[in-house]
Amino acid sequence: MDDSKRLVTMANQIAAFFKPYAEEDAIKGTYDHLIQFWDPRMRVKMIAHVEAGGDGLSPIALAAAKLLKKPASAA
Amino acid sequence: MVAPFYQDLGTPARQSATDVTLEIDGVSVTVPAGTSVMRAASLAEIPVPKLCATDSLEAFGSCRLCLVEIDGRRGTPASCTTPVEPGMKVHTQTDKLAKLRKGVMELYISDHPLDCLTCSANGDCELQDMAGAVGLRNVRYGYDGENHTHLEKDESNPYFTFEASKCIVCSRCVRACEEQQGTFALTIGSRGFQSHVSAGVEENFLESECVSCGACVNACPTATLNEKTIIEAGQPNREVLTTCAYCGVGCSFKAELQGDKVVRMTPWKDGKANHGHSCVKGRFAWGYATHKERITKPMIRAKITDPWQEVSWEVAINHAASEFKRIQAKYGRGSVGGITSSRCTNEETYLVQKLIRAAFGNNNTDTCARVCHSPTGYGLKTTFGTSAGTQDFDSVHEADLIMVIGANPTDAHPVFASAMKHRLREGAQLIVVDPRRIDLVRTPHVEAQHHLQLMPGTNVAVINAIAHVIATEGLLADQYIAERCEEADFKLWLDFIKKPENSPEATEAMSRVPAAELRAAARLYAGAKNAAIYYGLGVTEHSQGTTTVMAMANLAMATGNIGRRGVGINPLRGQNNVQGACDMGSFPHELPGYRHVSDDITRKLFEDAWGVTLDPEPGLRIPNMFDAAIDGTFKGIYVEGEDIVQSDPNTIHVQAAMAAMECVVVQDLFLNETASYAHVFLPGSSFLEKDGTFTNAERRISRVRKATPPVNGLADWEITMALSNALGYPMTYTHPSEIMDEIARLTPGFKGVSYALLDGLGSVQWPCNDAAPLGTPTMHIGGFVRGKGKFMITEYVPTEERTGARFPLLLTTGRILSQYNVGAQSRRTHNSMWHDEDVLEIHPFDAENRGIRDGDRISLNSRVGEITLPAKISDRMQPGVVYTTFHHPETGANVVTTDFSDWATNCPEYKVTAVEVRQTNQYSDWQANNDDFRVQTKRIATAAE
Repeated sequence: MDDSKRLVTMANQIAAFFKPYAEEDAIKGTYDHLIQFWDPRMRVKMIAHVEAGGDGLSPIALAAAKLLKKPASAA
Repeated sequence: MVAPFYQDLGTPARQSATDVTLEIDGVSVTVPAGTSVMRAASLAEIPVPKLCATDSLEAFGSCRLCLVEIDGRRGTPASCTTPVEPGMKVHTQTDKLAKLRKGVMELYISDHPLDCLTCSANGDCELQDMAGAVGLRNVRYGYDGENHTHLEKDESNPYFTFEASKCIVCSRCVRACEEQQGTFALTIGSRGFQSHVSAGVEENFLESECVSCGACVNACPTATLNEKTIIEAGQPNREVLTTCAYCGVGCSFKAELQGDKVVRMTPWKDGKANHGHSCVKGRFAWGYATHKERITKPMIRAKITDPWQEVSWEVAINHAASEFKRIQAKYGRGSVGGITSSRCTNEETYLVQKLIRAAFGNNNTDTCARVCHSPTGYGLKTTFGTSAGTQDFDSVHEADLIMVIGANPTDAHPVFASAMKHRLREGAQLIVVDPRRIDLVRTPHVEAQHHLQLMPGTNVAVINAIAHVIATEGLLADQYIAERCEEADFKLWLDFIKKPENSPEATEAMSRVPAAELRAAARLYAGAKNAAIYYGLGVTEHSQGTTTVMAMANLAMATGNIGRRGVGINPLRGQNNVQGACDMGSFPHELPGYRHVSDDITRKLFEDAWGVTLDPEPGLRIPNMFDAAIDGTFKGIYVEGEDIVQSDPNTIHVQAAMAAMECVVVQDLFLNETASYAHVFLPGSSFLEKDGTFTNAERRISRVRKATPPVNGLADWEITMALSNALGYPMTYTHPSEIMDEIARLTPGFKGVSYALLDGLGSVQWPCNDAAPLGTPTMHIGGFVRGKGKFMITEYVPTEERTGARFPLLLTTGRILSQYNVGAQSRRTHNSMWHDEDVLEIHPFDAENRGIRDGDRISLNSRVGEITLPAKISDRMQPGVVYTTFHHPETGANVVTTDFSDWATNCPEYKVTAVEVRQTNQYSDWQANNDDFRVQTKRIATAAE
């Protein structure tokens, strides 16, 4: 599995957990998880993936990933 | 610290609200009702001669040596089996008793070898002591009569001998096997003069069901059962109290030494985790510490294909530091990181994460808890507020219903399993949720009421279904929920869990658990006065590991089974310091005490203490490090005590990541599989050679004490300090106690912890602070740490790892009693006599369909790799499920496990891999290539090279 595919899988897994909650809460839960547990370079890659169309991301994962901002300390 | 002198009081202590006062030899004694006369006398410092009695076993009354006289009673009752009564007047020393005891001893000695001077127990023999105590001077019967002194010695067990000629048939060994270990492997065969101790059905010890826990050896009053190390070396002359370095039970041991040589490890009776019991690993498998393959000199090399060059500590440390600096200068601050093992002490782990955060300047720190119990931390913190189990081990003795989910305690946590079996024999009921029929499902005098034999990967569906039954059949603890839990979250959960798709009937198709049996198990759990859940890696190592932890927490809250003794959610941690490694801030997103790195107040606290600016962003977790290495952004790693190449999933991916790095520094006892990719090897110290603390699965912090000097010259904490100093971040600790003092200053739950406190109490369970100065055995009493308990919606999401035509079977992995994880320690002991290679357990149907016979070499193939190993036909699993262990690097079990991981923590999904098996007669390509690679990369240059 290449790196971007793996990140898409991981983001979709997180979104799948939060999916039973109200959509707004699910997106926030997914976004918070990405911020709290993903190293900046992973988030930068995800931002790039979203900018390239976000292929493979579930609707909740895509919505959460769109909220990501490029971290100041990205390596 | 030397273990306090221990006087054997003859019979176990009794708890009673009523005290009884009696008189023994004119001395007034007050003891709890139910106490034996023997124990009361011992407490009054009036020892009564005894042979078959010991205070770790219930009284038996067979040796007839502890006879006493009691005013108003006829005869001479045995003091061990006679309970005290108010006003009783007991006499332990009379002419009549002296004559009787001497007569008994004459009979014993008339059938006992008189080789005391050359006997291995000389000086440590209760028979010898009692002969002296009763004043035996001659044996009227002589020694020529029929006797047992010619009987052969059983030396089959690698660790102890059974010398039948010295046996006095006191049954202490038999009773220890039953009462303490719960295996029932020993019995007394025949009758009368022919009575003898028999392992199994007249087998030798090695071939019998004996699990070599050593309880019988401890219990034996003579040299009948004796450690081979003692036979070879003689009796110890000093002892040091310490903590076992194997599993998460964290047993207390006395390291018994002759000078600097360990000759025996004896479980400590006052150890609060083990109460004097042990397993084959802790008791006997410590020889790895002095194994010939131990590396004792630092080594470096430019390329991993070069032979190692031995160098001084200064050269090795400076080389590692300069390489890390070079890499950071070239690739950026985040291009390096480090990993510690959960076998490291708290102090070592704390230092490594401090080095990474303060000297490397990033948060790329992780621990092998990542690949075992990281979902526990996330799940329990979310629901309860604390990343830890809720009980102490002793709580199991008050459980009425025990549910074991995804754990195999008799193999992986044997000493706690013995405590659990003890409670089950007392009548507690048992539910096992496991794809395999583990031993606990049916073992002597224990049988599970329900074995929910689910398919791997369906934990969430099964736990949800149990909760569904409880929620829909009116079995909820309504008052508890109303008082203790968040109302809105509970309502959301209730709506979710009542949905028909969570019913046992709906989930049966995927889980294969019969709905009726699941319903019965759910009712049993909900109806128990005290229901306790114990779980292991069969819960956590899944794509939905964290979800299952939350689902179990929901279940416990829904039935009011949190916040008192006998209940709880109890993770059985794999390694000895998994809990401690997590507590110490080893995760890349958390500082010590589970506080997120983005929290400004916490970061400021550590910045002020450490004198550096800390990175507010989370770092890379272990799997992310591998991905980043292959991606070219992660180039250097410091690995202390962990063999990631053998233990982490998808070995080929891990090997590629390691090969892509420019500086790999491995600190370990041996040249492990990860060391094959290393450029610097720093020889580590064993648990016998250093000071520190371990925190076990019940949050119990226990001291590790230096028993021998480190053969490598430095303790591990000193090596980390040296590396930090070379990197330019000064560390100046002079003893690990100073590190613990710093931890206590910076971590609220550890505020009261110090080496002085641990020396005084023996051990303590965190939180230990102003509110709980003596620690906290049971969490969440009266309220949850987070305030109110939080129910979480736990929808079942099947793993993306699916079976199909090419890979129709599901592989699940685990470990066995005699070996330990990657086997770096246990493979270098005699434990390999029980398990010298990994095998694949396969159901007879699956084997027959493929023409596979027991012992055939078979290919095990998954989507990511192939290995070969011998087949073992077994009906422990359902058809469609196969099982193996990962103890042997030559096998490479993780070549076939995949990259799938837990959604929240990236804990790998070791427990679900789609595979196919077929007959073969050769090693896989990976195995053949890896064998050559291992040889090439472990070469050490000789002086002439």
